[in-house]
Amino acid sequence: MAYSFPEEVLEYVLSFIKTDKDRNAVSLVCKSWYEIERWCRRRVFIGNCYAVNPRIMIRRFPEIRSVEIKGKPHFADFNLVPEGWGGYFHPWVVAMARAYPMLEEIRLKRMVVSDDCLEMIAKSFKNFRVLVMSSCEGFSTDGLACIAANCRNLRELDLRESEVEDLSGHWLSHFPDTCTSLESLNIACLGSEVCFSALERLVSRCPNLRKLQLNRTVPLEKLPNLLIRAPELVEFGTGAYSAELRPELLSNLVNAFAGCKKLKALSGFWDVVPAYIPAIYPVCCGLTSLNLSYANIQSPDIIKLVSQCQNLQRLWVLDYIEDSGLDVLATCCKKLEELRVFPSDPYDVEPNVSLTEQGLVSVSEGCPKLQSVLYFCRRMSNAALFTIAKNSPNLIRFRLCIIEARAPDYLTYEPLDAGFGAIVENCRELRRLSLSGFLTDRVFEYIGKHAKKLEMLSIAFAGQGDLGLHHVLSGCDSLRKLEIRDCPFGDKALLANAAKLETMRSLWMSSCPVSYGACKLLGQKLRRVNVEVIDERGTPESRPDSCHIEKLYIYRTLSGPRVDTPDFIWTMDEEGNTPQ
Amino acid sequence: MSLPLQEHDYIGLSEVSPKGNSDINERSISKGLNLKATELRLGLPGSESPEREDVNLYGLNSLVSSGAKRVFSDTLNGGSEVDLVKNGGLFSPRSAEKVVEKKPQSSAAKAQVVGWPPIRSFRKNTMAISPPKNDNNADAKSGSSCIYVKVSMDGAPYLRKIDLTMYDSYSELSLGLKKMFSCFTIGQCGSHVIPARDKQSEGLLMDFLSGSEFVLTYEDKDGDWMLVGDVPWDMFIETCKRIRIMKSSDAVGLAPKGIEKCRDGN
Repeated sequence: MAYSFPEEVLEYVLSFIKTDKDRNAVSLVCKSWYEIERWCRRRVFIGNCYAVNPRIMIRRFPEIRSVEIKGKPHFADFNLVPEGWGGYFHPWVVAMARAYPMLEEIRLKRMVVSDDCLEMIAKSFKNFRVLVMSSCEGFSTDGLACIAANCRNLRELDLRESEVEDLSGHWLSHFPDTCTSLESLNIACLGSEVCFSALERLVSRCPNLRKLQLNRTVPLEKLPNLLIRAPELVEFGTGAYSAELRPELLSNLVNAFAGCKKLKALSGFWDVVPAYIPAIYPVCCGLTSLNLSYANIQSPDIIKLVSQCQNLQRLWVLDYIEDSGLDVLATCCKKLEELRVFPSDPYDVEPNVSLTEQGLVSVSEGCPKLQSVLYFCRRMSNAALFTIAKNSPNLIRFRLCIIEARAPDYLTYEPLDAGFGAIVENCRELRRLSLSGFLTDRVFEYIGKHAKKLEMLSIAFAGQGDLGLHHVLSGCDSLRKLEIRDCPFGDKALLANAAKLETMRSLWMSSCPVSYGACKLLGQKLRRVNVEVIDERGTPESRPDSCHIEKLYIYRTLSGPRVDTPDFIWTMDEEGNTPQ
Repeated sequence: MSLPLQEHDYIGLSEVSPKGNSDINERSISKGLNLKATELRLGLPGSESPEREDVNLYGLNSLVSSGAKRVFSDTLNGGSEVDLVKNGGLFSPRSAEKVVEKKPQSSAAKAQVVGWPPIRSFRKNTMAISPPKNDNNADAKSGSSCIYVKVSMDGAPYLRKIDLTMYDSYSELSLGLKKMFSCFTIGQCGSHVIPARDKQSEGLLMDFLSGSEFVLTYEDKDGDWMLVGDVPWDMFIETCKRIRIMKSSDAVGLAPKGIEKCRDGN
């Protein structure tokens, strides 16, 4: 039947099929569809850079134009993954430089990218358009200069919270005068001052500039000039939002913001001087996304601002907003889908603001479209969680961080098992969950029983024993990523559920009582899975098998054991041999 | 209402604290606890007071079975076990606790667990530059946010990151770094790898290192490389961008005073 269908027709049809999931399904129909599909796949997503290698990727998909790769485990964000762990982009760029000369887009997350890599990108891909590096490290502004100078058709350069060795702001001046293609520029993570006149000229000559996120060093006074030159902006991130009080600056800002009729998203707002906040009032009613998570402004100012943003869908804010501000949010922003509240002072034992579980309850009551929550607070109760679960059955992401580890229900002193249980039971579409507070194995029983669509689970300082982990591994059908720290989960649950690990992208466990012997066993049992022991105390062979290892990272792979491990990582052998 | 203290019963905590100190002391003493040793620490009454060096992964099972013992595993930064200080309401009424715990630079207030609460470095570093506003406390709280700097050592294959706010002085920093990097020098001793946590060998390590001619240097905000120890500690943590453990033979050209200090075996 496949032969009666000309290839070109099928290819044309396939061009409408975009998602990886669908594409993968297509490729399973029959051999010829597999062949046709792989030749016309243009985009590949690699969730774990060690799950596959460049050679395999290139062999299957010879005509890729867009690549997205993720490196380090998520807990690397919190300094739990030692430096030198890996996630090097270098082998990828070397292979792609040869195989994909037409490559247009590279998106990386938590990878180590050197200046050499950037130079290679700049010189190997003539049609290169998009470079997004999220939480990456290993490169300097010299590498950026190379990109700027050589990528003639660059549309997007987004450095999203990467750690860049900031030698100077000079790199921006390397964009040639002929570069007019820029659509998105995010340099918010850079520390040094960029040459402002170069920036201004760049903005002026790029008529399609839709996204611009400045860094902290760009002073407020410069904003009006910049905004006037970029009337098409959809997303804008300010620099430091402070200056001496000058009425003409305020009116200039007001006019400049008002001129950006398409503005939908604002961010930046470091070092805010509240008197200048009214400058953005003209654009508030059009805003769908507001990131105030670096803004040190207090609740009354936040309230005045937020109450004008009736179309807000996403709000990131510090806990300065307080419960009172969240009440207002719940009243005014009925379209809210995503809320993230970050702690302004996470290390102090005492709360510095009046933000409690009540704020989140209010938002769940007032905002029927609430889907995604990240909330740091200092106390929580089962009752509040019941209410939230009842009010927001459509939650997809629920990440709650009660700042004090193992904090119980502050009203009843009970564990928060029942509360989180209500969340997983009511929120049937929940895909991502982060737990905190005092939790016994009960909560994992609930999760295993109800959280059937859960894909990512983060656990810290929770549970009583192996049974907890067993519930999760045996019950969560859709689980792809599991990350655990400081929980009393050990060998039994892992060994009993070893097969589950072959169906997941990865498992991270640190500071859990998992023995070296169990790791060796897992290494033997599991096929096409890397069982990596991370231990900075020297080889685990020098200690008894019953000794607990420091950290464990298990992930499925087609690529065999890593060849680039540092000396504090040991990959368990499939034959059960002693690793070197 | 005097409930028998159970190690497993977290609820016991709530019933204890509103009553004040006396009951706690009684029970603690009857259980043979050394209250002094547990002052400002965070164990439940009846649970063992965790010694800094002994708390480790191996003991995790027994400790956690007590229900809510706050035990944290070894950190990346210098191997110190820390207890997260809660209200401290266990041992003192709230008002007294405020006085005790708000001391600037007190180790209780700064007690932190690596990676908890889970906040990205970028955010931490950004917030460190603009200390949070607080009506209650006149002191800037910048001491309680993290200052992460990379530490490299000549000859070591990879870098480490440390949080400068975890240390109070140059000697603490030096000790922390020695512990962290000792595995590179000790590795040369052959197959008998001595775990860094072994107290006896720590002493040996320190002797080994002080004779090994390494000096601590750092890059400051202006990009200059300086010898660690030349400026007051507070100034140091504000200006230090990165640290390098250099062979003292390479450190020629940095402040001569510092090199003299080294020769004295400082």
